[in-house]
Amino acid sequence: MRFDLQIIASWIENGSRVLDLGCGQGDLLEYLRGEKNARGTGIEIDGEKVQAGISRGLSVLQGDIGEEIKDYPRDMFDYVILSQTLQQVYDPLALIREMLRVGRKGIVSFPNFSHYRGRLQLLFSGVAPMTRELPYQWYDTPNIRVITIRDFTRFCAAGGFVILQSAAIKTYYKEETGEVLRFLPNLRASYGVFLLERGARNEN
Amino acid sequence: MSEYTESEAAGQTVGQTRKRFFTFGDEASPFAPFALESGASLAPITLAYETYGVLSEARDNAIYVAHALTGDSHAAGYYSGEDQRPGWWESMIGPGKGIDTDKYFVICANVLGGCMGSTGPGSIDPATGAPYGLSFPVVTIGDMVRAQRRLIDHLGVDKLLAVIGGSMGGMQVLEWATRYPGRVRAAVPLATSARHTALHIAFHEVARQAILADPDWNGGDYYGRANPVHGLAVARMIGHITYLSDEAMRHKFGRKLQDKEAKSFSFDADFQVESYLRYQGQKFVDRFDANSFLYITRAADYFDLAEVHGQGSLAGAMAKTECDFLIVSFTSDWLYPTYQSKELLKALKKNGREASFAEIDAKWGHDAFLLPSPALTELIRGHLDKNLARARAGRG
Repeated sequence: MRFDLQIIASWIENGSRVLDLGCGQGDLLEYLRGEKNARGTGIEIDGEKVQAGISRGLSVLQGDIGEEIKDYPRDMFDYVILSQTLQQVYDPLALIREMLRVGRKGIVSFPNFSHYRGRLQLLFSGVAPMTRELPYQWYDTPNIRVITIRDFTRFCAAGGFVILQSAAIKTYYKEETGEVLRFLPNLRASYGVFLLERGARNEN
Repeated sequence: MSEYTESEAAGQTVGQTRKRFFTFGDEASPFAPFALESGASLAPITLAYETYGVLSEARDNAIYVAHALTGDSHAAGYYSGEDQRPGWWESMIGPGKGIDTDKYFVICANVLGGCMGSTGPGSIDPATGAPYGLSFPVVTIGDMVRAQRRLIDHLGVDKLLAVIGGSMGGMQVLEWATRYPGRVRAAVPLATSARHTALHIAFHEVARQAILADPDWNGGDYYGRANPVHGLAVARMIGHITYLSDEAMRHKFGRKLQDKEAKSFSFDADFQVESYLRYQGQKFVDRFDANSFLYITRAADYFDLAEVHGQGSLAGAMAKTECDFLIVSFTSDWLYPTYQSKELLKALKKNGREASFAEIDAKWGHDAFLLPSPALTELIRGHLDKNLARARAGRG
């Protein structure tokens, strides 16, 4: 399993109810079911991935995460997870509010756009960065948001979301190993992972 | 295993099967007329059914398969050595298939009101010694399911692992899940809806009018004489149009002519699509009773899960369910479009119920749920495996 998913899984308590937004074929859900005795549901827009997830005995529903999440009642889940999808979300503020309405806690992971390799590419070659984590040209990228760890921290403060835990991690694209960084995380980390709570301002 | 095992290309078959009968509300069982939702009552009631696979010792592997409008109890296998036509869901039910008869005990019964062995308008009314005809009471999807519950009791199954069905079979699935929540572990409604819409009712009404307008229908009293074959054939033709799609029709027929080089400038079946519909109509009248068609389409039209179980609220109805749902729709199905499946999903989510939903890419219209589909097979297999594992873990 991807290293960022391992970090996410380590934050989830046994027997939790989990909603995984953009769950793909359900790798994380299957892991959480096996290792954490979690009861999980996934939302995924790609029909083939949905079919793969249901075929392996997971609960997955096909649809747009921003639309599908709206139907759930408040506090339906212990954790709502958005892993490596935030950079493709049209209205991140609305989505994270929804995550923290239907879930007691939210977990968000994203590729850190301020990683030094991207910065150096932009600085020295003058072209939009292309890395293993962000392997797209400007014209074919599905990523419509440029997010850095520092930006996201500010965003949480502005939105009133409480950061319970965070990890800046160094791992290669889709790899299973990596390390959690303490020193210069916004420069050195390829991904950021955050555990959030809705906070007093978002209680109603 | 029958001799058909080797000739079955799609996989193994359950082989030769036998239609069985279960009767309740007669002298043999404690006499209790079956009270129908309409207020009328009916007795005795016979259900024709078939089973495939073996019921486990713990009785935890039983699956009820509910058939659609014109289906019957013959869901899989073959009746005899001469019978070349397998059951209507042969592609899904059998050893190693999506509904694996090596693992599961599968039950399928002809619906109440049907004409393939279960009590319906063509059955003999014990009070008169003649067929019921139009004196047969109008039955509902709820009545069908309540009768099925008697059969499940009779077979010694306390909790079904799953109820599975498409179209009107899917309505029975929804009815099972809301009416008997404690008796269903998993529900698989395919290509269906929580209620019949005006469009559904409209097509059924036109089909019924075709039968009612046939002079041979004779107020429903035609048994033992000429049957309303023209009306019933037209009713079936209308149905077949709604089961296909624009794309399927273009692909299957286009404007191709049937066995001729040029148009005949007459009203013969020049086009392949005309010939197809006529053939489907003719084939249907040999096996189906016109009155049963009237009663069963009526039952489907009256179906409204929210009205019966949720005081008008679908979320209210779904609040009663306890099972794990797998809802499936098909992209080209305009008769039971995806939005109707998503309404079910939404009502389940509002209640925090567990549900999976997939929309399968298929160009064959509503018929898609009956056609061989690797995607559907894998979805159903995964959902059943999950729930069987849970059933067994729960006990262990």
